[in-house]
Amino acid sequence: MPVKISDNNPDRARRFRDAALPYLDDVYTLARYLLRDASDAEDAVQECYLRALKHFESYRGPAIKPWLFAILRNVCHAEYARRAHAPAGNVEDLPDSAEQVPVWQEAQETPEAQIVRRWDADTVRRLIAALAEPFRETFVLREIQNLSYREIADVAEVPVGTVMSRLARARAMLRSAWLAEQEQPK
Amino acid sequence: MRCDEAEILLQALIDGELDAGHAREVEAHVATCAKCAALLKDYREMSKAVADAGARYTAPPELRRRIEASLPVQRPSRRAVLRGFALGSAVSAIAATGLVAIVLRNDDEARIQSEIVSAHLRSLQAGHLTDVLSTDQHTVKPWFNGRLDVAPPVVDLTAQGFTLVGGRLDYVDARALGAVVYRRRSHVINLFVAQTTNTGHRAATIETIQGFNIRRWSERGLNFWAVSDLAMDELADFGEKFESAMRSG
Repeated sequence: MPVKISDNNPDRARRFRDAALPYLDDVYTLARYLLRDASDAEDAVQECYLRALKHFESYRGPAIKPWLFAILRNVCHAEYARRAHAPAGNVEDLPDSAEQVPVWQEAQETPEAQIVRRWDADTVRRLIAALAEPFRETFVLREIQNLSYREIADVAEVPVGTVMSRLARARAMLRSAWLAEQEQPK
Repeated sequence: MRCDEAEILLQALIDGELDAGHAREVEAHVATCAKCAALLKDYREMSKAVADAGARYTAPPELRRRIEASLPVQRPSRRAVLRGFALGSAVSAIAATGLVAIVLRNDDEARIQSEIVSAHLRSLQAGHLTDVLSTDQHTVKPWFNGRLDVAPPVVDLTAQGFTLVGGRLDYVDARALGAVVYRRRSHVINLFVAQTTNTGHRAATIETIQGFNIRRWSERGLNFWAVSDLAMDELADFGEKFESAMRSG
């Protein structure tokens, strides 16, 4: 993707660089989890930084990381739309039932089982990647990016209650996936 | 409390987002419900396993280079030159300090605050956060002796949810000042401390600059700036806890 920023204000660019570049790995990590593709993630991150610089002058908080995430999320949704063949990641496209299934029904009867001993990075990445949107997004923002519920709600543009129910679903699904994996002989 | 309610609230309990009243209710339910107790235990372990697994990604250097290259060319800033100069020799750092006004004038404050934010950002770059790395206030505090003309108060706020990480010498407005570093979850708080000739108390103000919150106050001849990407109310909480710990200490 060719890049050209026409920005005639080097001071603003310097402030932007100081403010936004320390979060490059965070933004890239989120892009990898949202798009599940390394090369698409690179393009999305680059586009995200271009847009962020363009809007930096009017930016007034609350915190730079969630702000970058919100921009990245918009970029990724454009990418979802482009991938006509791939399952849509748009929250609005999901059937309502996906959010309304009580999480309790997902839980399994293994009260004494120690479900997690040690996960390696590949296992975690694979299990998270298997989660459906928007549960994957919420889970990554919380467990990988350490955002507060309020920040997640702002990034994903949903109420805090929705963040909590999505997180409950994500954790229940992840737990089930892990248990299922353990039951399979190698 | 029913199990389906409890399971939603369990999330907030694990994530430290539940107020004390609700937390007690959930804990009471968990104490009597084996299913929910097992879930809570599993989820806590899962959380820790995910955090320990190192499932983050690192941006490819080529991507970083492309993004940097797309920004307009940076000239070396005056501050960078001064910083190099000041770091070069302790003697010249002291000389430089003597040349600038000790009292920060009001019209300089906006500029100072912006420099404070830049110093905070520099500290977040890999390897820049601390010069002395210790969670022990009795290690961090003496470290500043002889490095600064002030003794920054170093207060242990672990019990209040703010972990002491260490200390650092930083430069703002061409003056050396102390930075005491705290952490809340994954958020870094830099508490910058500089001397002022005004020994009175100055009540705290909070501002947002470039997305970072800055809480500024003065006490006992010291100016304080607490900077973080923490939400405003949490940073205010930090400042209040720090001030009250300092008064009682």
